[in-house]
Amino acid sequence: MNLLAQVNDFNPLLSSEVVVAQNIAFTILAAIMLVSAVRLVTTRNVVHAALYLVLVLAGAAGIFILLGAEFVGVTQIMVYIGAIVVLFLFGIMLTRGALGTEEEGNKEPRLMASLVAGLLVVVMGGALIDTFGDAELLRSAPSTTADISDSIFSQYIVPFEATSVLLLAALIGAIVVARKD
Amino acid sequence: MTLILAEMAYWQETSIRLLVGLAAVLLPAGTLVYLFLFKMMSFMQSRLGPMEAGPYGSMQLLAEVGKFLQKEDLVPRAADRIVFKLAPFVVLISTFLLVLVIPAGPDLWFIDVDTGIFLALAVSSISVIGILMAGWASASKYSLMGALRATGQLIAYELPLVLAVVGVVIQAGTLNVQNIVMAQATGEIFGYGGIGNPFIFTQFVGFAIFLIAVQAELTQPPFDMPVAESELVTGYLTEYSGLRFLMFFIGEFATAGIFSALAATLFLGGWYVPGLDPTDGLFNVIGPAVLFAKMLLVAFLIFWFRFTYPRFREDQLQKLAWKVLIPLSLINIVITGVLKVVF
Repeated sequence: MNLLAQVNDFNPLLSSEVVVAQNIAFTILAAIMLVSAVRLVTTRNVVHAALYLVLVLAGAAGIFILLGAEFVGVTQIMVYIGAIVVLFLFGIMLTRGALGTEEEGNKEPRLMASLVAGLLVVVMGGALIDTFGDAELLRSAPSTTADISDSIFSQYIVPFEATSVLLLAALIGAIVVARKD
Repeated sequence: MTLILAEMAYWQETSIRLLVGLAAVLLPAGTLVYLFLFKMMSFMQSRLGPMEAGPYGSMQLLAEVGKFLQKEDLVPRAADRIVFKLAPFVVLISTFLLVLVIPAGPDLWFIDVDTGIFLALAVSSISVIGILMAGWASASKYSLMGALRATGQLIAYELPLVLAVVGVVIQAGTLNVQNIVMAQATGEIFGYGGIGNPFIFTQFVGFAIFLIAVQAELTQPPFDMPVAESELVTGYLTEYSGLRFLMFFIGEFATAGIFSALAATLFLGGWYVPGLDPTDGLFNVIGPAVLFAKMLLVAFLIFWFRFTYPRFREDQLQKLAWKVLIPLSLINIVITGVLKVVF
């Protein structure tokens, strides 16, 4: 059973009614994400920025669930909201101290940042459109956790293990850089 | 629930689920506070506890809620008002999402999802953000220190919590909570299926790690560094009063109840009692009561530790998580995996 399928007892992914509901839900989520994303880069308060990031990531998780990729959506919550943003907030609060002591950000990195962001949009967008084009999502079969683990541990085992080793190397590297003794 | 709800419109079904969900969060929380925090702790300390409101002080909870509702909702002048006011809601959202995955009978569930227990563990981590928001927005050193301690602790103990569950998932072969209950109900111990196979026997290490990690996630003694009253007043709760303090309080005890129910579901067989057919419709009636009894049993253990042990030091707390619990749970996973393949 899929989170999305809870909406109705009949096969929901084939029914046009649910597609309408999906579109409405997508519009709401997309609006929240867009507003939060804009506020995320325009707000002067760095803690507020991190909290807007939570909203953007939660919206992304919601869209994954809407598309029937439930496992990916839940992983998004677990990893990004539950771990990465928490570490962001932890780092900000540990280094900046209590409320009311933050200074204004300087303007210079902004130009570079928008340049990098624009470049990223072009590269990512190009890669995604080039790979998928107008391929349609298979509506009749939401991906189950078992399917995902089967494909990770058979077809994609080498990239998966390579990523794990890369992450481990980054972890050890961070500790080596941070430790003084 | 599906049997009754099959003929209903979506909005009717949703409102019933909302009410049942509200009851499923608040009833265990109230029971735990009265039974354990008011009475059991008092008896352990050779006193009677609240006796005035109602017979044996049973109306004390209502009196407490009434008291909190009357108090002024204070916001410190330097505080970040919006974040300060939102923080208790974020903590409560995490609690309410957590209750959704626990089934109380073969047809009694809120959502019967493929990712089940993984979803529960994911949403339980949202509460950390609420705690950080509360600590930072209060504009007070005590609150900030409390929130930082809470976060360090919750990050450290979330790993053993997740890893302890992995053993159960490997043994049951599914993430779906309903199927985990079924796997325990229909399991066999060395060919004897009379009592099913509650995973507490095979996953006892996992059960112990899960309980310790839950204790730390709830920031209860002996893991109550974040609210250490002798150093930090009450940590991230310092600046809160009235209704918003009450919301944090309800969140803490409701989460204690839900984690106990989760432990009962994962390790003690959930709504199932041995000797009956697990697909029997009878369980739709007695299932909630069985689950509630098992939840109270686990909660009794949690609160027993709470009232017995003195507080850890910060370094002891981190050492216990990273050097003892995580390696132990990893070994548990390896052994479970090997045995799963062998048998």
